[in-house]
Amino acid sequence: MHEKSIAELAAALKEGEVSSVELTAHYLRRIETLDDALNAYVTVTGEQAMEAARAADEARAQGHAGPLTGVPIAHKDIFCTEGTRTSCGSKMLDNFIAPYDATVVARFKAAGCPILGKTNMDEFAMGSSNETSYYGPVKNPWDTERVPGGSSGGSAAVVAGRLAPGATGTDTGGSIRQPAALNGVTGIKPTYGRVSRWGMIAFASSLDQGGPMARTAEDCALMLNVMAGFDHRDSTSIQRPDEDFTRHMNTPVKGLRIGLPKQFFGEGMDAGVARVVDEAIAHYKGLGAEFVEVDLPHSDLSVAAYYVVAPAECSSNLARFDGVRYGYRCEDPKDLLDLYMRSRGEGFGPEVKRRIMVGTYALSAGYFDAYYLKAQKIRRLIAEDFASAFKEVDVILGPTAPSTAFRLGEKTNDPVTMYLSDIYTIAVNLAGLPALSLPAGFSDGLPVGLQLIGNYFDEARLLGVAHQYQVGTEWCGMAPGGFV
Amino acid sequence: MEWETVIGLEIHAQLSTRSKIFSGASTAYGAEPNTQACAVDLGLPGVLPVLNEKAVAMAVKLGLAIDAQITPRSVFARKNYFYPDLPKGYQISQYELPVVGRGHLDIELDDGETRTIGVTRAHLEEDAGKSLHEDFHGMTGIDLNRAGTPLLEIVSEPDMRSSREAVAYMKKMHSLVRYLGICDGNMQEGSFRCDANVSVRRKGTEKFGTRTEIKNLNSFRFLEKAIEFEVERQIDVLEGGGAVVQETRLFDPDKGETRSMRSKEEANDYRYFPDPDLLPLDIDSTFIEQVRASLPELPDEKKQRFMNHYGLSAYDASTLTSSREMADYFEAVVEQAGSGQAKMVANWVMGELSGALNREGREIGDSPVSARALGALLARIQDNTISGKIAKEVFEAMWAGEGDADMVIEAKGLKQITDTGAIEQVIDQVIADNPKQLEQYRSGKDKLFGFFVGQVMKQTGGKANPAQVNELLKKKL
Repeated sequence: MHEKSIAELAAALKEGEVSSVELTAHYLRRIETLDDALNAYVTVTGEQAMEAARAADEARAQGHAGPLTGVPIAHKDIFCTEGTRTSCGSKMLDNFIAPYDATVVARFKAAGCPILGKTNMDEFAMGSSNETSYYGPVKNPWDTERVPGGSSGGSAAVVAGRLAPGATGTDTGGSIRQPAALNGVTGIKPTYGRVSRWGMIAFASSLDQGGPMARTAEDCALMLNVMAGFDHRDSTSIQRPDEDFTRHMNTPVKGLRIGLPKQFFGEGMDAGVARVVDEAIAHYKGLGAEFVEVDLPHSDLSVAAYYVVAPAECSSNLARFDGVRYGYRCEDPKDLLDLYMRSRGEGFGPEVKRRIMVGTYALSAGYFDAYYLKAQKIRRLIAEDFASAFKEVDVILGPTAPSTAFRLGEKTNDPVTMYLSDIYTIAVNLAGLPALSLPAGFSDGLPVGLQLIGNYFDEARLLGVAHQYQVGTEWCGMAPGGFV
Repeated sequence: MEWETVIGLEIHAQLSTRSKIFSGASTAYGAEPNTQACAVDLGLPGVLPVLNEKAVAMAVKLGLAIDAQITPRSVFARKNYFYPDLPKGYQISQYELPVVGRGHLDIELDDGETRTIGVTRAHLEEDAGKSLHEDFHGMTGIDLNRAGTPLLEIVSEPDMRSSREAVAYMKKMHSLVRYLGICDGNMQEGSFRCDANVSVRRKGTEKFGTRTEIKNLNSFRFLEKAIEFEVERQIDVLEGGGAVVQETRLFDPDKGETRSMRSKEEANDYRYFPDPDLLPLDIDSTFIEQVRASLPELPDEKKQRFMNHYGLSAYDASTLTSSREMADYFEAVVEQAGSGQAKMVANWVMGELSGALNREGREIGDSPVSARALGALLARIQDNTISGKIAKEVFEAMWAGEGDADMVIEAKGLKQITDTGAIEQVIDQVIADNPKQLEQYRSGKDKLFGFFVGQVMKQTGGKANPAQVNELLKKKL
C-alpha cells in the first residue's frame, strides 16, 4: 500500500480496497522496522492512530467520509497535539505534553486522518540539516550518511521513506522546501496567513508558515484543502473564501509565463543541481511554457536580512521557556537568576542560543535602527522586487537548494555556510509569498528539488504547474533503496 | 533659594472588560489563583493573542473625553523582560504608536483656580500576573489570574507643580474613567494606580531637573506623601551640593518615605519591537463616531448643567459631580424632592450623607440610605411633618437601619407640632417660668428672643414648627 500516493490511497479507501485500520497498521509496522535507520519520528502514537483509524472506518461505514478520511499522516513535532509530547526538537520541551491541539492538528483530526506520530526536526525549527535536534539527526533515506535538510527533515524523510503518506511541516526560511528537495518529495509553503499558526510553536512569527509535504503536488493540494483556512485565533490569518487547491491540476501550462531570476543562476549552485534545473526548464518548454528572465535585485540581501529578523523574533518568542511554568527546569536553582540561566542554558542547544543572542543584540538599544529597522526595509524592497517580477510572469522558477544533501557533520561547525543552504528559499518568506519544491531529478544518486514561486494566494496554480510536470516525469514516484 | 516642583504621572487604569485583552479568560477579581488563566495567559507554546475590541473602544472613549487625537493606525509592541509573573517573557504594549495621542484634562484646585494638564498619550497593554511571597516557605507563588487584564496607561505631560495638583489630576482622571465606565477605579485592588515622575528645579530655570520615578502608588494619600517626601529629599540633595540620581524609587507607606529600587544603569533594555502576532490596529472614523455616540455626560458638562439648571454654586456643582455615583444620587433625590429643592438636596448630600459615608469609609453606592429614602425624608421637611433639625435625627436612625423616614418619625414620635393651641400653651408656660428674661426682653434686649425660641423648642423636644413658634412668640412677647 505504501507505494500509493495520498490521492490513490483515498481512492482505495473509498472503493473499500483497504480499510484505514489496515493502512494505519501497515504504516506503523513500517515505522517500527524502518525508522531506526532514519530517526525521523520523535514520538510514534500507534494506539491513538489505530483508534482514529477505527473511527475513520466507522465514519465511512456510516457514510460520513470526507476526501481524506482514513489516510494516516504525521505531524512535525512543532504542532501541539493534545495529550502527546510536543517537543519542538528540544530538551526544553522534552517533558511538555501539550494540553491542546494546534488548529492544523484539529483540522486533520476533523478530516479523519489518523496521526502516526510526531516527526523529528531541528530544535525550534532552527537549522537546515536536522542536526540541531535534541533527539539526534534524521538520516536521509537516499543515503543515511547524509542529512535530510531542515528544519522539517523528519517530515521529509518519513514521506521519502514511505513511513507516512504525507506529513505537515513549517517553513520560516525554507524549512519545508529545502528538506523536500533533499529527500525527493514535494512540499509547499503557502502564502503567509493561509494556514493558522495557532498551536504551531513560534520561531519567527512574521515568517513562520505551516504547509504540507507529500510525494506529489496533487497530494499537497489535498492536504492543503484540509490545512488552510481562516482561524479567528490567529490574528495574522487571512480571511478568504474557501478554495479547492486541486482545481488547477489539469490546467495546461501552455502559454504560462515562467520567470527565471538571474540572481538564482549565478555562482554557488552545484553543477549537478544546475543540470537538473535546466532539464526541468526544457521539459516545461516542451509543454509550451514561455521563459522570461526576471530581476530580483535585492535577493543577495535576503540571507542577511533574514538573519536579523528571524533571530530578533525568536529571541522574544523563546523568552517564555524560562523553567517557571512548564518545560525543562534546572535542578535546585539557588535563586531566580540561577533558575533562568541554568534552565535556559541547559535546556537550549547551541544553535538556538546563537540565534537568541544574535536577535537580542539586534533589538538592543543603539542597534535596533541599524539592524532590525534596516532589515525590515530590505524586506520591503525584496517584496517589491517580486511584485515587479509578477507583473511580467505567472510563476518564478529556480533551484530550491544550491546543492544536494550534504554529509552529516559537514557544515555543523560553520553556521554561515549552513545558512547559505537556504539562499534560494529565504526571500520568499521575507515577502510572504507561496512557493513549492518538487523533485526534478538526481545528481550523483541524490534528489534535486525545483522551486516554483507564485504570487500571493496563487497556491492552486503553483500546485497545478507542478502537477503538470509530475504527470510527465517519473521522479516523484521513485523510492529510495531500502524503503521501496 | 526657591525651588519649583515638576511632576508628571503615568496612570494605569485596568479596563473593565469582561474578558482579557488578548484572550477569552475572565477578568473578575478575587478568584482562586490561576483559575482564570487560559492557555494564552499562561504563555503556553504555540498560543497567539487576539485583541479584545471592547478594550479598544474603551481606550477611544477616554481619548475622546480628553479631547485627544485617536491614532488611525496604532501598533502593538513587545516589551521584553524576564519576570516569573510575566508568562511570555514580554508584555504586549504599545510603544511608538499609541492608540490615544495628545489630549488634556482640566483640574480645579481648592482655591477654585483651573489648570490644564497635558496628556501626552494613552496606550493599551496587558497587565502581568502577581508574585506571592507569603505562605510559600521561602518560595514564591505565581498567580496568573491578572495576567492579560487590559490596562490603559495614561501618560501626562510634566505639567503639575505641586503634590496638590498631582492629586487633583489623579482624582479627576479617576472620576473620569468611572464616568466613562471603563474602569472600576478600585484602588485597593490595584485597578487604578500610578507612577509619579518627580523633579525639582530652581524657580525661573527652564531646564528640568533630573527626575526620579516613584512606582506603583495606589492611593491619593500615598501619591501626595510620596511626592512631598521626594521633593524634600531632592532639594536636600541639591542644597547639600549633590546631584539627583535618575532612578526608580518605591514608596514605603509605613515609613512615609521613598527608597531606591534601581538606577538608570540597572534599568532594563526592553528591546521593544512591533509584535508580529498582531496586525496594526486600524481605527476608522465610523468606529470613532460609534464610540462618541456612546459617551455619557462628562464631569465638566455635568457640572455646568448642575450650575445652570439647579442654580448650584460652582463649588457645590463641582463636589456633586466629582463622581458619577454621587451625581446620579443627587439627581435621583432631586427628582423626588423637586428641582426647587436642589440647594437643600445638595446640602444634605454633601453634608449629612457624605459625612456619614466618610465616617464609615463607605462608597455612595453602598449607602444604607438610598436616594429614594433620602428623598422621602426631605419630603417630610417640605410638608412640615418634621423640621430640618429633627430630620437629621431621623436620618441617623435611617442610617442605623431603623426603617424609612415615616417609620422612624412614627416610632420616635417626632412628628412636628403644628397645632397653634398646643404651641401657645407651651409659650405661655415658658413666659410664665421666665419673668426676668421677659422683663429684660421687653426693655429692649432683643437678643433674648432666641432664648425664648430655644426654651419652647426644648419643651417640645424640638418638635414644634419653628416658623409657627417664631410667629406666636412675637405676638405674645
